[in-house]
Amino acid sequence: MADKMALAKAINESLRHALEADPKVLIMGEDVGKLGGVFRVTDGLQKDFGESRVIDTPLAESGIVGTAIGLALRGYRPVVEIQFDGFVFPAYDQIVTQLAKMHARSLGKVKLPVVVRIPYGGGIGAVEHHSESPEALFAHVSGLKIVSPSNSSDAYWMMQQAIQSDDPVIFFEPKRRYWDKGEVATEAIPGPLHKAQVVREGTDLTLAAYGPMVKLCQEVADAAAEEGRNLEVLDLRSVSPLDFDSIQASVEKTRRLVVVHEAPVFFGSGAEIAARITERCFYHLEAPVLRVGGYHAPYPPARLEEEYLPNLDRVLDAVDRSLAY
Amino acid sequence: MTVESTAARTSRRSAGSKAGTTGTKGTTRTPAKKAAAAKKPAAAKKAAEPQLVQLLTPEGKRVKNAEYDKYVAGFTPEELRGLYRDMVLTRRFDAEATSLQRQGELGLWASLLGQEAAQIGSGRALRDDDYVFPTYREHGVAWCRGVDPTNLLGMFRGVNNGGWDPNSNNFQLYTIVIGSQTLHATGYAMGVAKDGADSAVIAYFGDGASSQGDVAESFTFSAVYNAPVVFFCQNNQWAISEPTEKQSRVPIYQRAQGFGFPGVRVDGNDVLACLAVTRWALERARSGEGPTLVEAFTYRMGAHTTSDDPTRYRGDEERQAWEAKDPILRLRRFLETSNHADEGFFEELEAESEALGKRVREAVRAMPDPDHFAIFENVYADGHALVDEERAQFAAYQASFADEGGN
Repeated sequence: MADKMALAKAINESLRHALEADPKVLIMGEDVGKLGGVFRVTDGLQKDFGESRVIDTPLAESGIVGTAIGLALRGYRPVVEIQFDGFVFPAYDQIVTQLAKMHARSLGKVKLPVVVRIPYGGGIGAVEHHSESPEALFAHVSGLKIVSPSNSSDAYWMMQQAIQSDDPVIFFEPKRRYWDKGEVATEAIPGPLHKAQVVREGTDLTLAAYGPMVKLCQEVADAAAEEGRNLEVLDLRSVSPLDFDSIQASVEKTRRLVVVHEAPVFFGSGAEIAARITERCFYHLEAPVLRVGGYHAPYPPARLEEEYLPNLDRVLDAVDRSLAY
Repeated sequence: MTVESTAARTSRRSAGSKAGTTGTKGTTRTPAKKAAAAKKPAAAKKAAEPQLVQLLTPEGKRVKNAEYDKYVAGFTPEELRGLYRDMVLTRRFDAEATSLQRQGELGLWASLLGQEAAQIGSGRALRDDDYVFPTYREHGVAWCRGVDPTNLLGMFRGVNNGGWDPNSNNFQLYTIVIGSQTLHATGYAMGVAKDGADSAVIAYFGDGASSQGDVAESFTFSAVYNAPVVFFCQNNQWAISEPTEKQSRVPIYQRAQGFGFPGVRVDGNDVLACLAVTRWALERARSGEGPTLVEAFTYRMGAHTTSDDPTRYRGDEERQAWEAKDPILRLRRFLETSNHADEGFFEELEAESEALGKRVREAVRAMPDPDHFAIFENVYADGHALVDEERAQFAAYQASFADEGGN
């Protein structure tokens, strides 16, 4: 059975399923209850599961994550919402010094199945602190897992897999894709949470992306096809761990790689991919791994974000540069 | 200040507290006059002087307290000796750890010297099913929880970052980042309430941590969700080199009022008072009355850690004044004057202390370094491809030495 639903709705359905399946699952965050979240991702959940399962919290991000850690220590599986990407930093200390490290600190005695949901990325014309892509800051921290779905079906399945994981998972939701509709194969058996997927087969070059940039890369591949170029598009799905085996397999076939993400290129996930793929595929590569992403500048005001974000032309330009080697 | 005058003042104050200065539920237990005095920065030092709940004077005299006596009523001489034993052994353990650091056996040690009453009093107020969230100095509380003291030394020796199973003794691992654990305690307490259990949770932190946002957020969350948690602040007067006046313009226990739950200051060098007040707070938690802030007014007699040099920021007179209020000496005087302990008890305890010191010394020296591959263990519960890859690289690198003919 396949239903067509918006990505936000797919997460909502996924959370509903998780709440039904396991009484230890809790939803926590600012405005997640009556309002259903500012993006309505948790719409209707408090009404159906009650205030003790879907918890409106004080406006205090460190408190949200810190108390979620305590609840996890008590045996609960909290799924917390950080309202916007740029608001995660007050909770960054709890995530980095506590959530990420407590399992190791306890020599494996303590498990922290906490999911931190973060609507992230730009393209919606928001004000400052509402459009950032801080995934690399989290990927650099061992003990955390970081994923980002690009479509409704993945959003539905990956959320449940994240909740079932005994590790803390930072779940980056591509907010500009919240309203994009897609098929959700609710009865299909999903692949592993941290496995990349080839979403378009190609032979000339690999475009690797995750979250909001996957759709753009598919558009780029369409445009390139009109020019006679056959691009492969890889949806990485997971930023930590990164599925280097799948990237390597694709690059050994196409011999060229362009990584696309919204986050600043400098020290971004593209840098890690470029370094490792260069190491793994040095003799296969026909061109250096190229990256397209944000600049080393604060996320700009909304009227400038189209200049800052990777777009069709910027990615096509990188494709041209790679193919010109 | 002489010992006598300290005693006279403190006992007057405890008499005052007896006469109804303690507030109704949901309010901070402060006389209005004191709160007004605290508004003046110039009076901050004075205002920070204890408005204490005290059951034992520094001279070891039992003073009556209408509100809190019932929490230690019926204490047998044996139980009193037990508290004394706990404090003496904890101090002995602490002294041994300090020596072991000086001998290079530990990389660092955070001494609890002077805080024995606050820790043993509160620790002995707990039930087995209660849960403790400590900072990194709660060696006495760990003792009360039955954590083997040698387990506390692993992180200070550098062989692990914890060393005990938190769920074996309901005693979480030490938390080094200041104040983080108060939120974990609050979340855990929220879970206790959800489970319908009547356990209570206690979060330890210091006067320095009271400045942290996490502590304020834990107050907010615990109040909003009526979480069964006791916040036990050991105000030992110094956050490394910074005095309490650098943390707060009002006495710490008064902070609770703004969050809507009671705060009380207890003589942190009085083990009976600490026990009584903590029991009161735990009972509130268990009966659904929500959080309480207990400020144990005490003193860190030693350095912050063995890396610290307190002579750079505080004078000898201050320490001497606090030595006169020593928590162990005070209970000993009481035990002696009330004939609750004889010389044989003290002699036996002395021998037991020495045996503990020896056991700790030998255990630390015998503590093996961790296996090299421990670096990669328990990073993730469900595994991580990169950790696996790096472990394999590390193994290959290690094996390359073996290939060199065993040199």
